[in-house]
Amino acid sequence: MKVYKMAYLELNNICKTYGQGAGSTEVLTDINLKIEEGEFVAIVGFTGSGKTTLVNLINGLLTPTSGEVLFKGKPVTDTSHERGVIFQNYSLLPWLTVGQNVYIAVKAAFPKESKFNLNKKVNEYVEMVNLTPAITKRPKELSGGMRQRVAVARALAMNPEMIIMDEPLGALDALTRGNLQDEILNIWSKDKRTALLITNDVDEGIYMADRIIPLRPGPKATLGPEFTIDIERPRDKTALNDNPIYKQTRNSIIEYLMGIGNERKAVSESIYELPDLSPKNFVA
Amino acid sequence: MKQSVTLNKTNGKEGTGFLKSFLSKFKMKPFQLDVKDILKKVVVPILSILAFIGLWHAGAKALYNMEATYKIEKALTDQGQEAATAMETCILSGDISCQPNTLPSPVQVWTSFKTLLADHQIISADKIAFKEKTAALNEKRVAEGKEPITYTGRPSFVDQIFTSLKTVFAGFLLALLIAVPIGIVIGLSETLRNSFNWLIQIFKPVSPVVWLLLVFMIVKTMTKDSNQDSAFIISFISVGLCAMWATLVNTAMGVSSVDKDYINVAKVLKLGQFQKVFKVILPSSLPLIFTGLRITLSVAWMVLIAIELLAQSPGLGSFVWEEFQNGANDSNSKIIVAMFIIGIIGFLLDRIMLTIQNMVSFNKNEGV
Repeated sequence: MKVYKMAYLELNNICKTYGQGAGSTEVLTDINLKIEEGEFVAIVGFTGSGKTTLVNLINGLLTPTSGEVLFKGKPVTDTSHERGVIFQNYSLLPWLTVGQNVYIAVKAAFPKESKFNLNKKVNEYVEMVNLTPAITKRPKELSGGMRQRVAVARALAMNPEMIIMDEPLGALDALTRGNLQDEILNIWSKDKRTALLITNDVDEGIYMADRIIPLRPGPKATLGPEFTIDIERPRDKTALNDNPIYKQTRNSIIEYLMGIGNERKAVSESIYELPDLSPKNFVA
Repeated sequence: MKQSVTLNKTNGKEGTGFLKSFLSKFKMKPFQLDVKDILKKVVVPILSILAFIGLWHAGAKALYNMEATYKIEKALTDQGQEAATAMETCILSGDISCQPNTLPSPVQVWTSFKTLLADHQIISADKIAFKEKTAALNEKRVAEGKEPITYTGRPSFVDQIFTSLKTVFAGFLLALLIAVPIGIVIGLSETLRNSFNWLIQIFKPVSPVVWLLLVFMIVKTMTKDSNQDSAFIISFISVGLCAMWATLVNTAMGVSSVDKDYINVAKVLKLGQFQKVFKVILPSSLPLIFTGLRITLSVAWMVLIAIELLAQSPGLGSFVWEEFQNGANDSNSKIIVAMFIIGIIGFLLDRIMLTIQNMVSFNKNEGV
């Protein structure tokens, strides 16, 4: 028997509309989501389906048009240090070094700590993402993977209770991506923070998350049925390919997403008549 | 293996090996001249300078001949053949009294430049002598509570340059102190931006001359009962007011167009309003602010000459104007000297600003 536990993060009937009146677009409709403490949830969706809007609603940068976001039972009205965010495009401050980028976050999260302790924390988190040699470098001098690691260090250095990741690895090459996935999983499993991952990569979702929820594409995007990933951790990436559960889950998710894609195509009603053309002097 | 290596080393290649290690020790690159590179970066500019001087020389000569022919013809029609011949011999002899007054040649300009420097040396020697002479007297005067006697002789060309630089820096500083804070405030609030936009758009294109007149109206009244030199105050305030618009617009634009990502970071980190402005908004708009300041400085320098000329404030502008009014034999070449000096100083000021800009901003932009 399942014992009812109050959800850690709860989204109730969220709707988000941009603009007003006739020019308005409803991006998200009727989003309902519950995340338990310590869970790792992935939301998979096409680009442009409103994923970033959803993330910004959860971290408090946006407020929903209707419905409510509850974090630990309290409505989210503003950003909070309890929810660390890793942005899609790193969003490092280019005029600060790696160390300073992390420092500004630590300083904001622990304003009463001494400078010595703050610096110690900075070093600790930079060390954690293996960037100690680059601590005095500016973001411009770093590779994409290194930048994303700085963003990870900055988000975690505030010691958030929940990590929200908005396509954190989208812009990276496959190899760096794999490494960072492992790093993020390591950090997550170490002190079992709650994590929400937004991604467009189904494999990434299955490898990392406990649950995957597809986001049906916007406008009027809403969440689809959830898929639970019953694969034991730590997961082995190479062995995963032969895992029957993995295969089955992957197929059903992709089938579902493809189904949405086809549905979307069929929606287009206008038929374009193609001109009947043939190349001139084709034979000659 | 190691033996064969050492064997190879001693095998007659000692000389080059030594040279190589010697070179690497002093971190010298093997002397390799990229001919194309030198051609592009050294030879071509020098050639263009030579071509410029040549063209200038030819043009000046043509104008000189035109003026000379005109003078001779005028003498012929006015006073007859005899006067015309006299004029011709006079011009050919190089006598100062009858030289055609036109665009000076490069040689004349160079001579004037040297004359101006020599003049400066004479005046500064004169100043030092004056100081020595009046030192004892001045001490006495100060002890008695009177004003010390100061040198009131004619300023040299070099003195004028420094006066102009002083004025332009005062004006630049004024522009900076007015435009940057206002720009930041306007940039932060859209309401303020909208309400001040018309004012900026209207006053931005106003000519320096009009600014000078406006400042004159105000300063004249305000300094009515002080015996201060109001010419300097008028000119530096006008320079500042003319030049500040670029900084104002750029600062407001930089502050208002900060990347939304950075603002989101500031929100997620929950930085306070003060910290948000000083740690995120200002650093990210610094490149644009400095672009504005660079434009401001060059505008200030450009406008300064005209304003000094009108305000009768000492400096390069009044130097040029006085020389033009003077109409002496070498006045024209002195004006051209001033022109080059103004250009070179303007260029140097811009370079200095660019260097500072590159030092403080994260965007290393190439100097153009």
